[in-house]
Amino acid sequence: MLTTADGAAFWLPVAWLGVIGFGVLMYVLLDGFVLGLGILAPLSRDSGQLDHMMNTAAPIWDGNETWLVLGGAGLMAAFPRAYALVLSSLYLPVLAMLLGLIFRGVAFEFRFKGRGVARRAWGAAFSLGSIVAAFSQGVILAALVQGLPMQGGQYSGGAWGWFSPFAVMTGVALVGGYALLGAGWLILKTEGPLHEQARGWARPLMVAVLAFMGLVSAALPYLDSRVMARWFEGSNFLWLAPVPLLTLAVGWWLWRDASLGKGGQRPHDARPFLWTLALFALGFAGLLLGIWPYLVPPHLTVWGAASPPESQGFVMWGLVFLLPLILGYTAWSYRVFRGKVTVDAGYH
Amino acid sequence: MDALLLSRIQFGFVISFHILFPAFTIGLASWLMFLEWRWLRTRDGVWWDLYKFWSKVFAISFGMGVVSGIVMSFQFGTNWSVLSERAGNVLGPLLSYEVLTAFFLEAGFLGVMLFGAQKVRPVVHLFCTCMVALGTLISTFWIIAAISWMHTPQGHVLQGGVFSPGDWWAIIFNPSFPYRLAHMVLAAFITTCFVIGGTAAWHLRGGVQRGMALKMLKLSIAFGAIAVPAQVLMGDQHGLNTLEHQPIKVAAMEAHWHAGPPGAGVPLVLFAVPRQAEARNDFEVAIPRLGSLILTHSLDGEILALTSVAPADRPPVLPVFVAFRVMVGIGMLMLLVVAASCWAWWRGRLAQSAWVLRGWQLLSAAGFVALLAGWWVTEMGRQPWVIYGLLRTADAVSPNLQASTVAASLAGYAVVYAIIFGAGIWYLWRLLKKGPQAGETPPSHGSGAKTPARPMSAAGEADIAEGAHP
Repeated sequence: MLTTADGAAFWLPVAWLGVIGFGVLMYVLLDGFVLGLGILAPLSRDSGQLDHMMNTAAPIWDGNETWLVLGGAGLMAAFPRAYALVLSSLYLPVLAMLLGLIFRGVAFEFRFKGRGVARRAWGAAFSLGSIVAAFSQGVILAALVQGLPMQGGQYSGGAWGWFSPFAVMTGVALVGGYALLGAGWLILKTEGPLHEQARGWARPLMVAVLAFMGLVSAALPYLDSRVMARWFEGSNFLWLAPVPLLTLAVGWWLWRDASLGKGGQRPHDARPFLWTLALFALGFAGLLLGIWPYLVPPHLTVWGAASPPESQGFVMWGLVFLLPLILGYTAWSYRVFRGKVTVDAGYH
Repeated sequence: MDALLLSRIQFGFVISFHILFPAFTIGLASWLMFLEWRWLRTRDGVWWDLYKFWSKVFAISFGMGVVSGIVMSFQFGTNWSVLSERAGNVLGPLLSYEVLTAFFLEAGFLGVMLFGAQKVRPVVHLFCTCMVALGTLISTFWIIAAISWMHTPQGHVLQGGVFSPGDWWAIIFNPSFPYRLAHMVLAAFITTCFVIGGTAAWHLRGGVQRGMALKMLKLSIAFGAIAVPAQVLMGDQHGLNTLEHQPIKVAAMEAHWHAGPPGAGVPLVLFAVPRQAEARNDFEVAIPRLGSLILTHSLDGEILALTSVAPADRPPVLPVFVAFRVMVGIGMLMLLVVAASCWAWWRGRLAQSAWVLRGWQLLSAAGFVALLAGWWVTEMGRQPWVIYGLLRTADAVSPNLQASTVAASLAGYAVVYAIIFGAGIWYLWRLLKKGPQAGETPPSHGSGAKTPARPMSAAGEADIAEGAHP
């Protein structure tokens, strides 16, 4: 590890890891709940209920997806070697994700234009697109964590080199996790039957997600990349223990607040969503703590993959001014559409 | 076919589909800004009716632009990893600024623009429309800067095959940037202008909302009368710039294989079938010296011939030559229609002039064809280079990528795009056919904060119901 490096060459890549990490986390949280709506779509009772679900996200899904584009462009700007290596190695999962996102995205506009079969087909496209995109993102994450097969600085795994039971498991886990985010969002944004259904979905999904988080964590020390070994070295686990402990605590609070309440006492509508966000943030933090200082473990560190300070610094200046602005007007746009989205929220 | 050729076909395919929608929405966003501004100034409901109508067209087009654009931001990594690794230091920051200054701006204000008319004050709503329009133009700025740098690279330091930024100002404002930017923005505006004017002519001939249609047609003619001649001049300037920096591209555009005798000038080839392997044209019809006049603004000006470089350094001549003629031909047709329209308008016979209306209707989608043709000229014309003179396309492709994998992805994109864009264009066509509706509810102040959120699809089912002429 680079410890004696000075100034910009040391800190800029670290700061950029923070930026990319923040962008990816924003994407996972924000587009996560929109993808979750698509994953939950097959559980909707009728076409009207699916309208209701999609209407809660119609004005904001595009902004949420933009965080993914920031992740892509930012990675190319700050860590071009990682961008080139990861995307060309994980060609098929990236392709599946993109095709899934295409169907998911256009369904927001097209579903309200078709009738009969076309309408049902775009509903299915919304759902299948979301599931495929979510699963692919889980596979991409798993492939990075387990380590890419490399020889002489080049990827050597072929088209399916990323495939493993661990990758499939992580893919399924992320589908479940996004569904939980979607359920939390519906609890927050809807009323009536859909709201109550969403509360019903939240608890089993949470149990499944926690179980998968446990399974994935248990598999980590046995992966070739050994990135997560840090967790179990010496007294490290003691220092890092707050992350899993907090996760369990958040799980308990989520369980409590997802219930329908007793004796007419209604639990908080926003808390289940906020707890789910916290659950994702904790999982993400645990992952970063294990991966650090690698970007593509165990081959590329943040310094090894970094573009020169002239490139990283140029965009960092813009980020300092633009990121607060972006967060500001994004929050404003959410505020304009705040409140419950009613069942009869139609379209012209 | 190998992974390189398949990757090139795939990139050409996904970017050609993608560019149509941003180009259309660049023009539409500014058009919407104009319409809403007119509505706020005059409070005449017709402007708001037009705004609502075109915002539905915008919503569908923007959606398709977004989903096809996400594909683009990953293509460099999946298929062109060597390009990303070597030039990512320069291209990555430019694309990042596009995301930070443009994509977020568009996405952040789009929701309120499409769904929030009853939730914010009218002035705030106009502000949102302006931000979306500004976003489309800022996006154009950055992406054209990145593309232009690949055509006329400067301001970088090249070390061990890796490009690093030296002077960002020089990188962004590279020699071909201002010409390409002006040419592209005008092209986007003209493309949209002809869709609007063409739709108006269609409605005038079909008797759909004649008042609104005539308004749209007159605005299109007025805009076209300025923008189309400006584009002809701009194209000429862009051509001179290309001649200075990429002379072999110009030689390919003109299928100019061999240097003639000194002082003879360059002919203008009107028709030919270029033969790449034999380095000559079949069936050539040419006007002597006219090429010199157009390209160098003198009768005996010389341009570099294709044979002055090795065969391996020549671009594919046939597609560049043909695409260039398609672009210029459509430009001339547009000029003709605009001139005829001005004449008819001046004589006070615009709405009755069947030929003018038919001309506009015929050219409704011509802007898209010209736009694609122009992009093919410039992108194929710079082959075999991806970064002109410095990095060959063949050396930029991802190593270890199997042809079968790329074939699968290309097939995947082809099928998915056929479904998505087929449906999208069908929905757009139905929407345009139905035309604007009189009496849309204008934005109203005060109702916003109290009503529950009622987002809805920007273009509802009823709007595109078939045959639902008012």
